[in-house]
Parts: sequence; structure tokens; C-alpha cells
Amino acid sequence: MEERIDFYPTHEVGGIRFRRGRPLPFGATIVPHGVNFSIFSTAAHSCTLVLFRKHEPQPLIEIEIPREFRIGDVYSIIVFDLDCENLEYGYRLSGPWDPSAGHLFDKTRILCDPYAKVIGGRDIWRAQPDWNDIYQYRARLSFDDFDWEGDSPLEIPMKDLVIYEAHVRGFTAHPSAKVSAPGTFGGLREKIPYLKSLGVNCIEILPIFEFDEWENSSLHPETGEPLLNYWGYSTIGFFAPKAGYAATGSLGMQMDEVRNLIKELHRAGIEVMLDVVFNHTAEGDQRGPYISYRGIDNRTYYMLTPEGYYQNFSGCGNTLDCNHPVVRNMVLDCLRYWASEYHIDGFRFDLASILGRDQNGAPLSNPPLLESLAYDPILSKCKLVAEAWDAGGLYQVGSFPAYGRWAEWNGKYRDTIRCFIKGDAGLVPELAERIQGSPDLYWHRGPTASVNFITCHDGFTLRDLVSYNSKHNETNGECNNDGCNDNYSWNCGHEGETNDPKVNALRYRQIKNAASLLFLSRGVPMLLMGDEVGRTQKGNNNAYCHDSIANWMDWDAVERESELLRFFCKLIAFRNAHPVLRSDNFFVHRDNVGSGKPDLAFHGIRVGQPDFGDGSRCLAFLLCGRHASPEDDDIYVAINAYWDALPFEVPAPPEGVHWRVAINTSMPSPDDIFDSEGGPRLDFDDVIVGGRSIMVLVSCRRR
Amino acid sequence: MKLQTAEDNGILTVRLEGSLDGKTAPEAREHLQRFLAANSKLILDLSKVDYLSSAGLRLLLVLYRELTARKGKLALLGVSEDIRTVMSHTGFLSFFTLVDSEVEAVAAVS
Repeated sequence: MEERIDFYPTHEVGGIRFRRGRPLPFGATIVPHGVNFSIFSTAAHSCTLVLFRKHEPQPLIEIEIPREFRIGDVYSIIVFDLDCENLEYGYRLSGPWDPSAGHLFDKTRILCDPYAKVIGGRDIWRAQPDWNDIYQYRARLSFDDFDWEGDSPLEIPMKDLVIYEAHVRGFTAHPSAKVSAPGTFGGLREKIPYLKSLGVNCIEILPIFEFDEWENSSLHPETGEPLLNYWGYSTIGFFAPKAGYAATGSLGMQMDEVRNLIKELHRAGIEVMLDVVFNHTAEGDQRGPYISYRGIDNRTYYMLTPEGYYQNFSGCGNTLDCNHPVVRNMVLDCLRYWASEYHIDGFRFDLASILGRDQNGAPLSNPPLLESLAYDPILSKCKLVAEAWDAGGLYQVGSFPAYGRWAEWNGKYRDTIRCFIKGDAGLVPELAERIQGSPDLYWHRGPTASVNFITCHDGFTLRDLVSYNSKHNETNGECNNDGCNDNYSWNCGHEGETNDPKVNALRYRQIKNAASLLFLSRGVPMLLMGDEVGRTQKGNNNAYCHDSIANWMDWDAVERESELLRFFCKLIAFRNAHPVLRSDNFFVHRDNVGSGKPDLAFHGIRVGQPDFGDGSRCLAFLLCGRHASPEDDDIYVAINAYWDALPFEVPAPPEGVHWRVAINTSMPSPDDIFDSEGGPRLDFDDVIVGGRSIMVLVSCRRR
Repeated sequence: MKLQTAEDNGILTVRLEGSLDGKTAPEAREHLQRFLAANSKLILDLSKVDYLSSAGLRLLLVLYRELTARKGKLALLGVSEDIRTVMSHTGFLSFFTLVDSEVEAVAAVS
């Protein structure tokens, strides 16, 4: 018996039976006995569905969608009796070819469905593509069912989040990872225990929307190394996970593999945040390939100049017109899909300021897309994090339209901490703001609007930050002209690797100083993959193109750098153990709980005398634990970025309690950090804080 | 795909041969459903199955769900290393009892 009265064929071409489809949902949906295909184009004259058997060079059949099947601008058709697992589909759109008017229709091209949930063509990472194929990125059908066994997004409060930014392939591609499927979602799953032991509770992964690692690939002119799009900030399909990142990608099972990874991460208490790229697509500028959008509805999807050229606010050739109502809906559909069908916990938006520009590129004060995302019922518990700038010069750190929901990558946090640590004078007032969660930027939004980071995929690793004064991007094949020049880094006396024990000791200290500030600051800390074990990119600050050990996580370093790793593990545990370090609210600088002291008090080398002057490189502060919880301890932090040791006068501990040393970055392991309840007792009113060092004391009542 | 069934002592053994994919899974499902009405202990012998697609994996999970809902038991016999790996990556493995011999299989569903 049929389940519906309207799912029966009415037409037939070449033995394939079909009927009028349903406009919603967009994309391809498996229905009883068939598949519903639906696609929109505002300016096309007609639309042809092109069906392939999987991997076949020529189409199985092409069906021009009858005019009467169109409703509004939407073409929809149900095709019956298809072998869903063995099918690929695309479209040919016919319409005007008028570049100056923004129309680029070309019926000779077969185009990928913008709503494709699975895309074939780059199924195996780095497998040589067949460039003669008439259809490079092939939309496929998907099974939407998955047994989540009660899983749902974790909804960890933002104040408690510790983010680990990682690259799916780079995390386990190195042979030292010793996983069953290196460089894949499955490989990452096998390393969940490592993430758990590190203490992070959110993994933010670089783009996993389908992209082509071969895009703009080349061989390095001197070394011959293949240079690929390793990072993947170049979307082909917004709904499809990167097949080449899946061990089962060649079998078309990437959806299940990603979902299984997320389920297992959630079981371990770790959230998943996706780095999403909606600012541009992989189609590039006028010279770029026809993949999908430009051939389907160029004028709708892209921001164009009055002459019909692509606006380039992304620095990547084109700019998606995110505040066009149709594109806005696609972005919303996409994020809802990932949140509901993949249980994604949050999104970090690459070059998010573009999402706040109008259709001509002008910044909007009330951008509809950002507002829609902020108030969407499905996304309402998802973390939304903006990279609050773009390549067109819009810099919105502190002013990104937030609607009480959006957080930001705090670029000012990164720059302040970097400059302060390397010894720049006069930064103490700004340092004080950053440690407090940047109230100067987010006074109306709270400290959890600030994602604090010192390093991320884009720029130096933490080890390189203390090993290089300037970038060394020669291996990128662009004569060291690419990448940022403002690194605010210091090599500690020698450019690059060295055996000088003094330089190396200082570097470890500087790494620990940076990490300590990161995890002692209010806001949401984010750690870059491998920083905890001293990962180096040999001074390359723009390593987007290296799929090699130059970029991958070296797991031998887990043993080799065990002392550094121990420091990070204990530091994260220290943050997790002390609620006073984490809060939704800013400090109020007064006593709200009757403890006799304010929640935060700044000091200098003398109690009550912080030096905010131009020559200052020191700051101390006291956090009153009772302001966070009756059980929490007081924490005293003395920061000395001056090159010599300095005596700091320590405020009196709470009555009947002693100060204990929790962290002292001037000491070698294991005396650099102790359990969160503190180590050796301090019996003096002064403490000597080594040059370029941080001392943390904790008043533990429980001992 | 070939499908053979044998019943012994209240245990149904089904031997599949070939590929279990989008084409063959509906047919296999139909066959199995007929037998399952009267049996709640099932050994699925997959030692001659060379390929298990998404649809094939889904059929296995549906069988598992149907049997456990009736307090029945399912054992998968002779699953190749390759298929095990795929099942592990995609999250299907953890639902099933995998065995390497018929004796183990009988013990698993008894």
C-alpha cells in the first residue's frame, strides 16, 4: 500500500519515471519510492536535472524539469526507483549570459546542488583528481538517520569552556599518532582520551565543509613540495562534510563517521565547535571555476560591483552576499542542519564582519543575518563566535553586532598579551583590562563575549612566538611575502632552533607565562593544537598550504615535552578547580559578600600600589574566592615581565590560612606548577618573582 | 546477494553472501522480517559478505533494534576485519556482538 496519495509517477523519459516535486525542503530528499529534488534560481529560464551512476563519466539521464513543476523560482521534481547509494546528481541551468548584469548562466556546465549533503569527487584526501571529468564535485544522496542513543549538545556554560583549536587531518596524520586511520575523523576519535586528560572541554575544528585540497595547488619552485589547500577555508558545499577527512569517505559514509565522532566527544564531555566559512566560496573571481553558485544564481549568491565583477572583502576572490534574503536563509538552513543533524555545539565564523555588510558591501548597524542567527530557536543554545574582522578593512573587535549572543575572537587580547610578555613597557593598564575579560571592549556583554587566545592556526604557534622575531614563510613559495608581519614575537636571543640552554630555558618560561595569563584571565580561553607540547612550524606564520610534518601534531612530543604538557594539564585543572577564575560577570572591585576584601584588587610590588605607568612591566592582583563560591580560595598573582627578579609584597592571606605556591614559572619542572590546592607554604610577607616570570599563590583552606 | 536460512533449537541462522547494499538490503530485509516473526534469536553469518554499504549497516541496526525490543538476541558471525573497521568508524560496531565461530554465536544468542 502506498503511504501517500501523491507519490506516484506522472511522466517518463528514457525509462525513468518522475512527477512534480515539492519545493521544500531544498536539496535532495529520499521519499517513498523516490527522491525529491528541489533547487531555486531567480533568473534561470529552465533547469535540467542530470543524473549519474556513481563515478560514471557520462550522465545516466538528463531530465529537463517541466515548466509546470516550477513554483515561484523553485524547480522541484520527484524521480522514482533510483538506486540512492549509487547515484550522483547535478543541474544544468539555462538563463542569460550577461556578465555586466551579473548573469553567468552556461548550460554546458553541470553544477553541484548548493544544498548537497554529501559531495563526491574528492573522496580520498590527496588522491589525484581527474581534471577532465565534466562534473568535478558531485552531489550525492544521504541517509539522514543516525542512532544518537540519547546524545544531545552539551550546553556547557560559556564561562566554563576551554577551547582547543585543531585541524582534523593535522591532529593525527603524523605517523607518531599511531591511530588506525591517520588524519581522519576516526583518527581524532581515537585521541579523545588525550583531549580529556589535557582538560579541554571543547574542540574547535578548522573547516570541515567540503573543499578541494587541490584548489590552487602548486609545487614549490625549489623544494618540489606539493602545496595544497590544507586549511580548507574555501567552501564547495556548506551542507557536506569533507569526505577526504573521513576514513570511510571512499565508501560515502562520512556523515556517519562525523556523527560518531561527535557522539563520542560528547560522551567524554567535550563540545564540538565548527569553524565555518560563509564569507566566500571556492569559485574564486571571474577566472574561477563553475562549481555551483555562479552558474545557478550568480547575482543572488555574490556581492558584485555595478559592472558585474566580484567584490572581494574576503581576500579570496569573491564575497558571498550573506544579507541577501535568499542567501541569508541558506546560511540559516545550513547552521540549523548542522546543529540538529550533527549535534554541533557552536560555530566560529571566519571573517564574520562580512556577514554584517549589506548587498553593496557597506557595514550594517543591524545586520539581518546576525540577528536571525542570534534569535533562531534551533541555534539558541549554540555558541556563536565571530572572527570580528574581514579582509576589506572592517575591524569590529568589541563592536560586533552581538544581540546578547555573539562572542568574539579577541584579537586585542592576543596582541596585548604578546607585547606584554616580550617585555614592552607601558602596557600594564591594557593588560589589566585583558585579564578581567576586557571590560573596556565588552562592558555591556560580559567577559564570556571574549574568546581569549594568544595563538591560533593563523600565525605563529606558541613555541614559534618565543623562537622567532619574524616570519619565515619561504616554504610557502611566495618569497616570504605572504602572512602577517605584525607578530609581536620575540626570539629570546636567537632566531630559530638552538641548543643554547639559556635561550631554551627562557623560551619555556615565556611559554608558561603566556599560558598562565591565558588560563588566569576571565573570558573563554582557547589553546592552539600542539602548543601544550611545543609544536613548531619553524617560524612559518601562514602554514595554510603544508600537508606535511611541518604542520602536523608530532605525538612523540607528548613524551619529549612531558614537562611542558604537565604544566598545561595542571594549569587547566587549576582553572577548572577555581570558580573565581571563571564567571559570566565582570569584577566589581568591591566587597559584595562580606569577606572584607573586593572581588579583585590590583597590586604592584607593594600591596595596594599597582604601577600603571609608562615604564611599568609588572602587575599583581588578588582574587577573593568567596565572591565566586563559599568554598573557593583566594588567588594572588604576581606578574613580572621585567628582565630581573623583583620582590613583591604579598597581601595578608585570609585569617588562619597560609599562602601556598600554585605556579612559579621561574622554576623548572616539577616545581613550576603544583596541584590546584597549592604546593609549598609561603611563610614570608614578600616573595621574589624571577625575571620574566609569574608567581601564583593560593590560600587553601582545606589543608 | 544470496541468502540461506537454517533453524536449529530455536536459533535462526541466516547466511548472507555477496554485497549488502542499497540494492540488496530491501530484499534481505523482506526475507528476514518473514522469519523474525517466529524467532527472536538470530545469528547473522556475514563471513561471505564482501561489502556492507550505509544501507547494509542500517539494516543490521534495524534488526538489532527489532530483536532487542522483543528481548531477542543477535550475533554477527565472521565479520571481516575491513568491515569491522568501517563499523567502528561509523559507530555501528558498539551495538553488536561479534563472534568468530558458530559455537560462540550459539552461546551469544542463547
